[in-house]
Formats: sequence, C-alpha cells, structure tokens
Amino acid sequence: MSTSRTRLAASTAAALAAALVLSSCGGSKSDDGSAAAADSCVDTSGDTIKLGFLNSTSGAMAISEQTVRDSLLLAAKEINADGGILGKQIEPVEEDGASDPAVFAEKIGKLLTSDCVAAVFGGWTSASRKAMLPVVEGSNGLLFYPVQYEGLEASENIYYTGATTNQQIIPAMDFLASKGVKTLFLAGSDYVFPRTANKIIKQYAAELGIEIVGEEYVPLDSDDWSTQVAKIVKAKPDFVFNTINGSSNVGFIKAYYEQGLGPDTSPIISVSIAEEEAPAMGKDVTGQFAAWNYFQSVETPANEAFIEAFQAEYGADRPTSDPMEAAYTSLYLYKNIVEKAESFDVDDVNAASDGVSFDAPEGTVTIDGENHHIAKTGLIGRINAENQFDVVWSSEGPIEPDPFLEGYDWWDPSAE
Amino acid sequence: MSAARRTPLATALRGWGGLLGIALLALALLVVAPAVLSDFRLGNLGKYCCWAIAAVGIGLAWGRGGMLVMGQGVFFGIGGYAMAMHLKLEAAGPGNVPDFMQLYGDGTMPGWWEPFRSGAFTLVAIVVLPALVALVLGYAILKRRVRGAYFAILNQALAVTFATLLVATIKQTGGFNGLNSFPTFFGYNLYDPVNKQMIYSIAAGLLIACLLVVWHLGRSRFGELLVATRDAEERVRFLGHDPANIKLVAFVAAAVMASIGGAMFAPIAGIISPSDVNAAASILLIAGVALGGRASLLGPALGAIAVGYGQSALSESFPNHWSYFQGALFIVVILLIPAGLASLPPRLWAALPRRGRTRKAATA
Repeated sequence: MSTSRTRLAASTAAALAAALVLSSCGGSKSDDGSAAAADSCVDTSGDTIKLGFLNSTSGAMAISEQTVRDSLLLAAKEINADGGILGKQIEPVEEDGASDPAVFAEKIGKLLTSDCVAAVFGGWTSASRKAMLPVVEGSNGLLFYPVQYEGLEASENIYYTGATTNQQIIPAMDFLASKGVKTLFLAGSDYVFPRTANKIIKQYAAELGIEIVGEEYVPLDSDDWSTQVAKIVKAKPDFVFNTINGSSNVGFIKAYYEQGLGPDTSPIISVSIAEEEAPAMGKDVTGQFAAWNYFQSVETPANEAFIEAFQAEYGADRPTSDPMEAAYTSLYLYKNIVEKAESFDVDDVNAASDGVSFDAPEGTVTIDGENHHIAKTGLIGRINAENQFDVVWSSEGPIEPDPFLEGYDWWDPSAE
Repeated sequence: MSAARRTPLATALRGWGGLLGIALLALALLVVAPAVLSDFRLGNLGKYCCWAIAAVGIGLAWGRGGMLVMGQGVFFGIGGYAMAMHLKLEAAGPGNVPDFMQLYGDGTMPGWWEPFRSGAFTLVAIVVLPALVALVLGYAILKRRVRGAYFAILNQALAVTFATLLVATIKQTGGFNGLNSFPTFFGYNLYDPVNKQMIYSIAAGLLIACLLVVWHLGRSRFGELLVATRDAEERVRFLGHDPANIKLVAFVAAAVMASIGGAMFAPIAGIISPSDVNAAASILLIAGVALGGRASLLGPALGAIAVGYGQSALSESFPNHWSYFQGALFIVVILLIPAGLASLPPRLWAALPRRGRTRKAATA
C-alpha cells in the first residue's frame, strides 16, 4: 500500500511537471492586451449572405427561445422575398444553444469562425449573453440580442434590441408611483437579472418614497414558492414586483392564488410574463400587470402586418410577444444598418449604426450608436380575459437607452 | 479467456498493449489533431479532453474500484472555479476586484478569493483542494461501508448541493452565470490562436499523463487490490486489508483528475458555470465512461471524447431534434454492449475461429 501511494504521488508530480514543461515551451507571450482578431472570413462575394441564428431548441429555455427562432426565420423570409440585404439573399445557419452557457460560447465561436456568418442573432438568458460576449469580442463579430435584460453592459460587438432597465424597470416604478403605491414586495429568481433589477428598484423606491416590505429569491429551476408567498400574505403589500423568470412563475402564481391573494389585494407587476406565458400559468391571471415595450395589442400598421404574417406562417393560435418582436426588429435593423453602411464589415456597420431606425411593430425604434441599445417606449399592460394585455400606461414617447443609469442621480452602483 | 488458453501475444498485450494504446492516442491528440483541425475544432477537442481527464478518474474509481461516482461534477467544479478565479483576478489586475463583483455586489471581494491572485497557489489548490475534500468525504463515507446505490445517491446529492450553493452565492461566485471572460491565461493572450493551441496541448498532455498514471496503477499491487476489493470486498477484508483505505486512494485520485480536467475546461471553454458541474453534467461524464467501457484503460477517455464530439456534431446537424438521437444512442449502447465500446474488439476477437486466432498470433 505505502509503495503504491508513493508511486501515485510520484506519477501525479510527473504529470504536473509535464504540464509545466508544455506550458513553458508552447505559445507566444504577448504584452499587447488587445484582441489579436483574425481577419474576417465572411464571404460577401456571392448572391447570399450567411447569418447565424443561435437559440436554445433543447433544454429548459427551448419553450421561450423557439418563439424567437420562429420570428427570426419569418423576418429572414420577408427580407428575402423583398430582395434580401444589399441584394443578397439571407442564408440562415441555425444552431442550438441547448440552454447551456458553455454551449452558447462554443456555438457562437463555430458560427463566427467556422461558418463565417456576417452576424449572429439570439441568446436569451443573461448567462448565455455573458458567455458569448468574450467570444464575439475576441473574433470581432456581431451579435444581436433580443431580450430585455439587467443593463450595466455595452459591448462594441453586441446590439441590444430588448429593453435595458431604464426602459422597463424604471417605467414600471413610475407607473406604481402614479398609482399611489406605498408598499412593495420583491419576488425574483435567484440570478443576475432579478438581483440587479431589485437593486435598482430598491434605490429608486427610496427616491419615490415607496417602502420595500420584503425581498425573496428562489432558484430558477424551483417551483416551490409557498413559504415566500406566506410572507407576502403577512406583509400585505400594495403591489408585488415579480422578476421571476421561466416556469418557476407557475409555482409562484399557484401559491399566490391558493393563499388567497389576488389582483384586488396585492396585484402583481411582472417583467417576464408575456402573451406566451399568461395562458400557461394554470390560474386565471386576469387583472394582473406586466411591463414591456411591446404587446400584441399595440395598434400600429407595422404590428398588424407582423401579427398577420406570423400567424399565417405558424398558425392563427400563436400569440406574439416582446422578445419575438425585438428579434424580428433586430434583423430589420441589421438590414437597415448594412444598407446604410453599404458593407457587411463589422467596423463599417458600427460606424454607420448611429441613428438607424425601423418602423417596428412596437413603434419606430432608433439605434444609439454610442451604447448599441435602441430607444423604446415603456408600456404597462393589464391582462384581460383573453390573456391579452390592455395598455393602461405608457411613457411619454420612446425612452433613450441608458444601460449604466448615468442620467439617474439616485443610482449608486456600489451600494448594496 | 482463461489464463491457460492465453496466447503469448495476449499476455504481452496485457502489460504493454495499454502503453501502446496510450502512445497512439498521444500521437493522435498531440501531433495529428493540431495539424489537421481548425482552431475552432481543436478548441472543441480540448474541451472533450478535459471531460476525458475526469473520465479517466471515473474509470479508476468506478471501473476498477466499483464505486459509482455520480458526483464528479463537484471536483470538476473545484478545479474549474479555482482556475477561473485566478483568471478573473488576472484580468482585473493587481489590487482590483473582478468585474462581476462590482456589477452584482457592492464591489468588495471576499477574503478567500485573495490567495487565488497567485498562480502558484492556484495550481497547488487545483490538486490539493479536491484531494482534501475527497479525503474527508471519502473517509466518512467509505469507513461507514456505504456502497452501491447508496454511495451513488450520496455523490449525486453532493453535486446537487454544490450547484445550488454556487447559484445562491451570486456575489462570490457569479451565481447562475458562473465565471467567464478570461482574456489571458498566466499572461498568455487567449485571443491569440497560437496560445489557444498551447492550452489545448496542455489539456491533451494532461490527459495522456493521467492515462499513464492509471496504466501504472493497474499494473501495481494496489491495482490488483482495488479490483479484488471491487469483486469481493469481504475476502479482501478477511485477508487483512482495509478495503476502505484502498477505495479511498482511488476516490481521491479520481477527484484530483476531475479537478485537473475542470481547471483546463475553464480557459478552453471560456466559461465555468453551475450547469457545467451540476448533477446532469456529472451524469454525462458517467455516460461517457459507460459508453467507452468503464473497466478498460482507454475506454473512459475515448467514451468521454465520443460523447463530447457526438453532442457537437449531432446538434450542428440537427439543431432541433439532436437530443432525442443522443438519448437513443445511450439506450442502444447500454442495452446491447453493457461493457462499453472497448469491449467490442476482444469480443470480436473471441468470436473469430480458434485456428485463425493462433495463426494470427504466431505470425505476429
């Protein structure tokens, strides 16, 4: 036994030594911190241009991300029927992110460096975006990210076509203040978006004179909310701010109604429940609220055309929602930037992007070339009996994106 | 095949055939692959190698030692997070705090992060931390003679706990997002393809080294004892050995290998998050080992590489339905070849007519 142990130790030491030798002899050390990005391999000589669509079609997020894939494919089909981008037909290259950040990182690498797509569209969770960010920056590629998120980010290589916090969270708080809400309970999933959103909510609530009477988190994959909801019952807040994501909402809503709460006692305002999710809650959620930048009920000519085209393609029973609209919009925005730049080159695209706009289903949106976000109108909807949202409040026109909340003097990023 | 019938070639192969196999694998991974694969494919292969390193350890603990280690994600995670913490601190620069702590927390760093600024400390921690954890856990579990399904369930529960803990400690470990964005690896720019190739070579080299360790253990007296403990624990105890100690060594070795795999996974994949170390990730590692053949020398490593490659290739070809194919493949292998793909060549060999076999052996 003892000799074997010594041998094991010796072998392990030998393995480590081998690793050190290998690490010292390979590689080139570069003091230059900047990315040694390879030259773009995008082929722009043919009649087609390759674009990557990277969404999870398997795993926990598939149910949401598949809807984004559907609207991206619809937009590509429409643009192709209309003559393509700069006269080139879009050739979609589809990949599955498998609801796993490491897979997103692998697949966006494949799309950018192996398939040589001109841009990638997709991602949903913040984890997937954070995982793709270093890859897309390292290869100087382009990513269009279509989901509302926690802000505090602005990459040269990413365009954010969903809302940042000052276009969704802050308008929701303004709405609550306008309703005379005095006490607020925070319920969220335990990850970056709810944590950051609640940090902003708490600081803004102090400014607005709203008291936070509770703050509870449950892991993303957990459905058990009974203990936390009991605390809501006890605290009797004027409103519940819900930053729960995904199917965990079903468990929350179930516990909420079963413990006797309802829109008349402590109504909920959600930031992740849209047309797609509302009918899947297992309870009648009529009268509850949600903050978005697009609802299927928005009355614009572009939205009418979008819904008609979408339902013609995928079935009359399919609802449209904010992330789907943001994804649809992102492809058209890309087309408009490229046609302004008259080039697919990333640097040319970035130089041309400022001020590019599109008459989106949600209304006209415009890109901020500085932070790569888009100006969007904040909307509050109330769920009706058809699981559609009646718009009950709207910001005064599109809100300029401010991902780092630099224009809000109550915001202190280093405070708890 | 009984000892009496064993041909001279087979006897020779038993000792040195393993080494030949390792040499062939080394040639394929270290010479052929870098020459023929694109940077992107080579990076993927590097990821599979990291899983393979953990799989080699599982082969030792499960295949030879009979311990169904269903929670190797924990040790994979210890190594992965240790390395990732160092790389985050390296990216932040001396005296600075990693970016995510400013984003999600109050911009202060917990004290236990501080030692990971040192590269040397990190390298030592990658080996010593999992060894200590495995020693304490293994001692508690194995001395109480916890075996079989109970051992597996305990391990699995450990992986669930570990992932839950990571998700809940967003300010300390990045939570659900994990740790990512590593621009450099011990000073080497990770955006540079030459350096990417270098870290691939380190991972492949470490895989070969771990295989050599297991090959060596298999030939040693310890290896015999380990297999004996797996097959008849009470008899080994009766002969005066403590089976718990024997199994403990294999358990610790497997933990260290998983940790080394995780440590290389972080810079190659560019991310380590709870979904890389949770129960599902642990089971996928086991699946690779089962596919390749848990008791063979090269089976676990090749199985893990095959599972990794299968995932990438299937999901690229069928982005909408690939997970069904993967599931079907596992079912087919477990049903038809329970001893794994590595058991196929000997079975085919045994199926050959006996005369042909001896002639072949004689000419060899």
